[in-house]
Amino acid sequence: MKGVQLALDLWLRRLDLGRRRRRRQPLVELLDDALTTGFFLAKRIERVGGVGHADETLQDVWVTGEISNLSRPASGHVYFTLKDAEASLRCVMWREIASRQILPREGQSVEVHGRISLYEAGGQYQLYADTLRPTGEGELFQSFLRLKEKLEAEGLFDPAKKRPLPAWPARIGIVTSPAAAALRDVLHVLRRRFPLGEIILASTAVQGEEAPAGIVAALKALNRHARPDVILLVRGGGSLEDLAAFNDEDVARAISASIAPVVSGVGHETDFTIADFAADLRAPTPSAAAEIATPDRLELARSVTQARQAQQRAFGLMLQERRNELRTARAGLQAASPRAVLANARQRVDDFGLRARRAVETGLALRRASVRGLAQTLRAVGPAAVLARGYAVVQLQSTGAVIRSVRQVTPGDPLKVSVHDGAFDAVAGERSAE
Amino acid sequence: MAKAKEKSPEEMTYEQAFEELQQIVASLESGKMPLDEALKLFERGQTLSERCSALLEQAELRLRQLVPDEAGEYREEELDLEEE
Repeated sequence: MKGVQLALDLWLRRLDLGRRRRRRQPLVELLDDALTTGFFLAKRIERVGGVGHADETLQDVWVTGEISNLSRPASGHVYFTLKDAEASLRCVMWREIASRQILPREGQSVEVHGRISLYEAGGQYQLYADTLRPTGEGELFQSFLRLKEKLEAEGLFDPAKKRPLPAWPARIGIVTSPAAAALRDVLHVLRRRFPLGEIILASTAVQGEEAPAGIVAALKALNRHARPDVILLVRGGGSLEDLAAFNDEDVARAISASIAPVVSGVGHETDFTIADFAADLRAPTPSAAAEIATPDRLELARSVTQARQAQQRAFGLMLQERRNELRTARAGLQAASPRAVLANARQRVDDFGLRARRAVETGLALRRASVRGLAQTLRAVGPAAVLARGYAVVQLQSTGAVIRSVRQVTPGDPLKVSVHDGAFDAVAGERSAE
Repeated sequence: MAKAKEKSPEEMTYEQAFEELQQIVASLESGKMPLDEALKLFERGQTLSERCSALLEQAELRLRQLVPDEAGEYREEELDLEEE
C-alpha cells in the first residue's frame, strides 16, 4: 500500500512538472511512467477505490502522439488512441467539444490537451481531450491565439457588429485567386442557385507573402469601385501555413472595415481562421459561402408560384364576394321593380274589393233590418189596424171622398161606411156641429 | 399600390417584379377596390409572375472583374473564365 502511494506520487510529480513548464510531454515519456507505474497503478487504484479521479494534477495535461483507431459513432463523441513507438493511450473527445474542434485524421501527429482519469468500465486510464492540434503548429497556433485574443479585446469580433446578409445580393463580390478551385466551386453553386446575380471578382493571391496585402487591396477595391451587396472571401483547404494570409491582422481589419458584409469560406469544415471570426458570417467551405449568401432559385420559383396562387385565390374570393353582393342587390331590385309594384297594387285592389263587398253587404243587411222595422210600424199605424180597433171610414158614394167634416155632407147623401171587415151603405141624416 | 405600376414587366428586374407582385397580392387580399381595378391588378399580377418565372428560367450569371488601371484605380470588365 505504501509502495503504491509512493509510485503514484512520483508519477504525479513528473506530470505536474510538465504542466508547470507548459512543456508538451511526449506520450512515450508519459506512458513510460504509466506502463511502469500508472498502468499497474490503475489496476491497484481500482482496488483501492479510484484515488486518481479526485486528483487535480491530472486535470491539465498535454500529450503528443499519433492518432490511430479513430472512430466517431452516431453519438458524435470521438474516440481514438494516441500512439507512439512504444505506448498508447485511449482518448475520448465528447461531442460538444468535438463540434468546436479541428477533428483529427487517422495517422496525424497531434498534441492533445485534457485530463487523464480512470475509465472504470475498462479498468484503464483514458485521456478526456478538450483541445487537439497538429504537432509543430504549436507556434503558429500560439500566435493565432494571441492575435485572436487581441482583436477580440478590441471588439473586432463583436456579434453586435456583424452585418446581416442582404436578402437580395444582386451584386456579389468575390475575393480569391482566379486560378483557385474555390472560385470554380463558388461559381458552380451560384449558377445553380442564383443566376440572377452579378459577380464581380477581385483577384488576389491567397497564399504566400503577397497574399495578405492582396486580400486587403481586393476588399478595399470592391467596396470602393464595385459596391457589392455582399463579399465572399474564399479559399480552398490547406495547412495552417497555407491559410496564414487568413490569419493576418491587416486582413482581419480590412474585413471588419468592409462596407459590404463579408462571408468567409476558407479551407475545410474544420479550419477556423481569424478571417472567419472577423467576417460577418463564417461558412465552412467556399461552396457553403456561396450558398449562405444567396437565395435558392427553386425557392424563388416556389414563392412566385405561391404569389400567383395567392392572387388567384384573392381575386376569386373577390369575385365571389361581388357575386354575392350582386345576388343580394338583384333580390332588392326585384322587390322594388314595377312588376312587383303592380303585383302589390293588384293585391291591394283585391283587398279593397273584398273590404268594399263586405262593407256593402253589411249596409244592405242593416237596411233590410230597418225596412222590416218600418213595415211593422206602418202596419201598427195603418188604416186596417185603426179600423180593427172600431173606427170606420165614411166616403161619399157620389165622389168617393173621405168625409172628415160635417160640412162635406148634406142630409140624404148616400154614403159608404167601411169597417175593418167590410163596408155597408148608409144615408146622411141631420148635421150637428160640435 | 405603387406608382411604378406604369413600368412594363418586360423591363423589370426579378426583384422589382416580385415586389410588385406581392403588393398586388396584398391589395387583392384586402379586397377594397372596384372590380375593374381588381381585374386590372390581377392581370398585371399574372404578367408579373410570368416575368418572374421567365427570369428565373433564363437567368445567366453575369461575370465581371475588377482590373487595376493606370491611375492606380480599378475598372470593371467582363470576366471570361472559360479559357481556363
